[in-house]
Amino acid sequence: MSDSPPAGRGAAPSAVPSADGPAAPLLDVSVMPQVLARIAGLAMAYPWRVALTILTSLLAAVASLMLPRLIGRSIDQAHHLLALGSANADAARAALMWTAGLVIAATVARGFLTMWAGYLGEYLSQKVALDLRRAYFQQLQRLSFGFHDKIHSGDLITRGMIDLEGARAFIQGAMVPALSLILLIGFAAWMMISTDPVMAAIGLAFTPIAGVALARMGFLLRVTWLRVQQLMSILTLTMEENLQGIRVVRAFAGRTFELAKFDTASQEVLEHQYRRITLRFRGVAWMQVSYYASLGALLWYGGSKVLDGRMTVGGLTSFVIYMSLLQAPIRQVAMIFNSMARATSSGGRLFEVLDLTPEIADRAGAKALQAPKGVLRFEHVGFRYDAGGKQVLSDISFEVRPGRTLGIVGPPGSGKSTIANLIPRFYDAGEGRITIDGTDIRDVTLASLREYVGLVQQEAFLFDASIGHNVAYADPWAEDERIVGAAKTAQIHDHIASLPADYETRVGERGVALSGGQRQRMSIARGVVPGPGIMIFDDSTAAIDAVTERKVRENLGRATATKATVIIAHRLSSLMHADEIIVLDDGKIVERGDHASLVAGGGTYAELFELQSRAAAGELEAAE
Amino acid sequence: MSEVAAEPQVRKPRASLGSPEGDDVFGVFDPKVARRFFAYLGPHRKSFITAQVAVLFSAASQLSLPLLIGQIVNAALRHQAERFHGLLTGFALAGVVFTCMFFLEQWLSQRLANRVIFDVRRHMFAHFQDVSLSFMDKTHVGRLMSRLQGDVGSLQEFLENTTGAVGDFVMLIGIAIVLLAMDLQLGALTLLVLPALIGIRAVWLPYSKTAFRRARDASSNANSALAENINGVRTVQETRREQLNYDLYAEKAHDNFEAQIGAAWMSQIMVPTVDVLTGVAMAIVIVLGGNAVLSGRIDVGVMVAFVLYVQRFFDPVRMLSMQYTIMQRAMAAAHRIFEVLDVPVTIADKPGAPALAVEAPTVEFKNVTFGYDPARPILHDVSFNVRPREVVALVGPTGSGKTSIIALTHRFYEVDQGQVLVGGHDVRDVTLDSLGRTIGMVLQEPFLFTGTIEENIRYNTAGATRDDVVAAARAVSAHDFIMRLPEGYDTPLGQRGRNISVGQRQLVSFARALVADPQILILDEATANIDSFTEQAIQKALKVLFEGRTCMVIAHRLGTIRDADRIIVLNQGRILEQGGHDELMATGGLYRHLYTSAHASFDDQVVAATGDAEFASRS
Repeated sequence: MSDSPPAGRGAAPSAVPSADGPAAPLLDVSVMPQVLARIAGLAMAYPWRVALTILTSLLAAVASLMLPRLIGRSIDQAHHLLALGSANADAARAALMWTAGLVIAATVARGFLTMWAGYLGEYLSQKVALDLRRAYFQQLQRLSFGFHDKIHSGDLITRGMIDLEGARAFIQGAMVPALSLILLIGFAAWMMISTDPVMAAIGLAFTPIAGVALARMGFLLRVTWLRVQQLMSILTLTMEENLQGIRVVRAFAGRTFELAKFDTASQEVLEHQYRRITLRFRGVAWMQVSYYASLGALLWYGGSKVLDGRMTVGGLTSFVIYMSLLQAPIRQVAMIFNSMARATSSGGRLFEVLDLTPEIADRAGAKALQAPKGVLRFEHVGFRYDAGGKQVLSDISFEVRPGRTLGIVGPPGSGKSTIANLIPRFYDAGEGRITIDGTDIRDVTLASLREYVGLVQQEAFLFDASIGHNVAYADPWAEDERIVGAAKTAQIHDHIASLPADYETRVGERGVALSGGQRQRMSIARGVVPGPGIMIFDDSTAAIDAVTERKVRENLGRATATKATVIIAHRLSSLMHADEIIVLDDGKIVERGDHASLVAGGGTYAELFELQSRAAAGELEAAE
Repeated sequence: MSEVAAEPQVRKPRASLGSPEGDDVFGVFDPKVARRFFAYLGPHRKSFITAQVAVLFSAASQLSLPLLIGQIVNAALRHQAERFHGLLTGFALAGVVFTCMFFLEQWLSQRLANRVIFDVRRHMFAHFQDVSLSFMDKTHVGRLMSRLQGDVGSLQEFLENTTGAVGDFVMLIGIAIVLLAMDLQLGALTLLVLPALIGIRAVWLPYSKTAFRRARDASSNANSALAENINGVRTVQETRREQLNYDLYAEKAHDNFEAQIGAAWMSQIMVPTVDVLTGVAMAIVIVLGGNAVLSGRIDVGVMVAFVLYVQRFFDPVRMLSMQYTIMQRAMAAAHRIFEVLDVPVTIADKPGAPALAVEAPTVEFKNVTFGYDPARPILHDVSFNVRPREVVALVGPTGSGKTSIIALTHRFYEVDQGQVLVGGHDVRDVTLDSLGRTIGMVLQEPFLFTGTIEENIRYNTAGATRDDVVAAARAVSAHDFIMRLPEGYDTPLGQRGRNISVGQRQLVSFARALVADPQILILDEATANIDSFTEQAIQKALKVLFEGRTCMVIAHRLGTIRDADRIIVLNQGRILEQGGHDELMATGGLYRHLYTSAHASFDDQVVAATGDAEFASRS
């Protein structure tokens, strides 16, 4: 841990929310067309579905707009029937039946077409989401440690869940509804204008006002929402840390202090929620005022025409129905703009990751590693995490031959773990080169290199799966004997056997809690299973008690007798038997040699040794 | 899975990815839960009632609009110009009333919902500060957070929609009444489609719920797999699991796709149902209404009004059925919330308990028996006392009761029998707050909060100045490493201090205890692997911390143990022996046995002596 690059070094791809307010604007409008076009482009991978969605939306709009005329006609028919007396009653009745039939036909058509348009839109969006999910998952696996160091894993998860959903929802919640809305308004306008241009102008007058008010509201709601989310994440952090650190809180009698922290964070969220609410209903109020003003004007103008006998009652009714048919879709403008704004920020964050080129990848024409012997060499290796950043390693050279062990020791931050991480190419050395049997590791495929190099890290990451799955992680097809054998080597088999469901017992949240030492032994077992050609232990026995560690080391000595081994440790007893030990300080080798010569040399190593054995020496004295 | 199948091995890989866990989403209506929940509305009664009144006005005015349009048409047809203009004014008025009332109702009820949710969340959060640690130990933080976030969110959704539901209900009844009043026969026939719709929806609802639940599960399956792969991405790359994990994930992503479009189908299928029924209702109005107009039974205006009502007919039904689902979700959530709120507060100040006033900082255990589960006591009849400014080391194997002793001193738990006295006062007779200010505590695993180094050192010691903080850091040898950080004392600690090492975190937690300057210090020494360089600093810091204080230390390191004034050796919840180092060595008991093999850490001997291979960390 202490050797790994410090968090916060270098610029993370996106700003972390802070209580002091956003540093960057919450929404970059300038990239909107670009991002939205790209999402729409993803949908175009399915041209037939897109075409079908457009077609069904179009036909649904047509069917829907048949209704006002039909209903208007029926009212006129009934009215005429009344006016003309009973002479043509039968014919009029037949006409009414006929109109009623057409109304049913139109609603059936509208219903099924709307259904299909909706379903196709959803289908399309889910298809795109599936493509994005796969691409994102693979991209994250390809991106190197350097990327993962700089970005918080929670941020990556958010991008893969919330932002991906935001991009998907744009297709279903903005593209498809916008299309239907445009078709519907276009058709309605055309039909209304062809009947009576003045009435059409009055009836449609509300659409631009409502449209603008709702678009503005949808957009602003999104921006406020982003702010609420930022504040909410501060509140979440406050609550989560309080619960996780509840013992500290109680130990320091911090109840009042913590509640004050909570209240501050919570109050901020509440105030911004209030702002959102006002914003939302202001927009809705504009929509309603303009709609009812338009409707009132239409009734007044149309009614006057009816009054003068220049318009039929059915004609007026059909206009009223046109308007009521447009009312609901117009409301969607807010949703569409909200969705556009959401997709802009979400899509931007998603594409930012998808567009990265992995820093470490196979060179063109890279071949699989051929290492008959397995000699690991560092030749004047230098490294820094960022160009222009701190020099973490300089001029590191050593050679480890099969059957030999190299020990590395040094204070926190001296570059020990960095050396370990360079060997399987989790980072690439900036200067010098690393070879295995004389081949530069950058000239072979990553897969073959990482298969050959086994690295057991200090912090064992265990998956929320069974113990067996965890031990077999590097080789899921390994036979049971190899799994058990590896567990025995790591001195963890007896413990596993004592668990309720032995190798099937779940690790983690819902399973057994393993102690730090047990986790490290699990991770050693996992490292041993694939039988790598070079073994590296990065402080991977530190949490294991000394007695057990000695047994593990003896077992490992047998298992890796013919292999090159690198051991990094704080505890000198872990590496004092190494063939060569190098002492690092500030990225440089300050001492090297075997245990005896280093102790005799009287340097840092000797000092450390003296420190660690002082207690032991004292004890022996006392015991005598 | 094609790639996997192509592998030469016939056997299935031992591999899985992700493991979602969710609460049940839907609950049944429980009047008791509802009553308790609505009690939160009490303090905001005024705005709640105003919103309910506004919703009545908004529903009534909205209801009047089609009626007015019908009458306007009638007046125009009959050339009643004056009535026509009067009705138009009425229409305008109704429009204004509707808009205003709608705004008022929604604005008030949504603000109210947010406010009430704020109260509920605060109530729960405050409760978590008071409930016993045994509850907190048992419950995973993730579960508590989902109470505070997810469940509270469901309640908010419900509350935001309640007023709307009242409006929809009023609308539904109103439309029915108006239709029947305008023309009984036509109204009754038109309303016939309503039971049809309700019937279809009732049949559809369980199916749709299954589909939606499946979609939700599939999505959380895929997401949990993604999250796990991100969290373990280094291990994935180390073990070259990229292809296999991708295959496992692709399968889940595809299942999710299928489930999502299944749910989409389920929700879209209701669209034609509503449309067709609307068409049928309209056809009824056209044929029967038309004939009624012909026979002169109704006016043309009434027919127009009918058509307009029929168009909006189903909106309230659809909304109410959505409300029903929201209500079920809220019920399940409320149930879980009250479950948490009902966890009794077992450790609280006695009424009128005084603040602890300590003259001589002593700790005394008098015949204490205690167990997390009273049936299985951890401590049996333990008695000892710690004199002012004495440093006592507690030593013993895992499960011997060391941790329980320090927890009881701070009254994290209540003793089953006996008494714990601090400064001569029973800890149950004084306020928890004053007890917390008298006793300082350093935990085995240092817990740091998000914030700067300085904020962490000052934690809850409001009076401490920057100088106090720096002085404390200097005293515990933390100053040097802090100054090497990019922003010194103002360096923010990311994710619980992940940017500094375990040993450094330990030093910061020492400084925190020092700033609080307690008379009595309880310390659970870290067993974690700390490099020898930081270890030296820690040993020095401990001496500073112990200086002039009464201390109880759960000690793991020989150095710490030897420096103690007295050592209490515990085994299986009983005090085995106690005394100074030399004294215990002379007695030749467990202590001597543990002590006489050469290791840097005392635990190693414990392991050797007891065969207990692991010291499970308690945090």
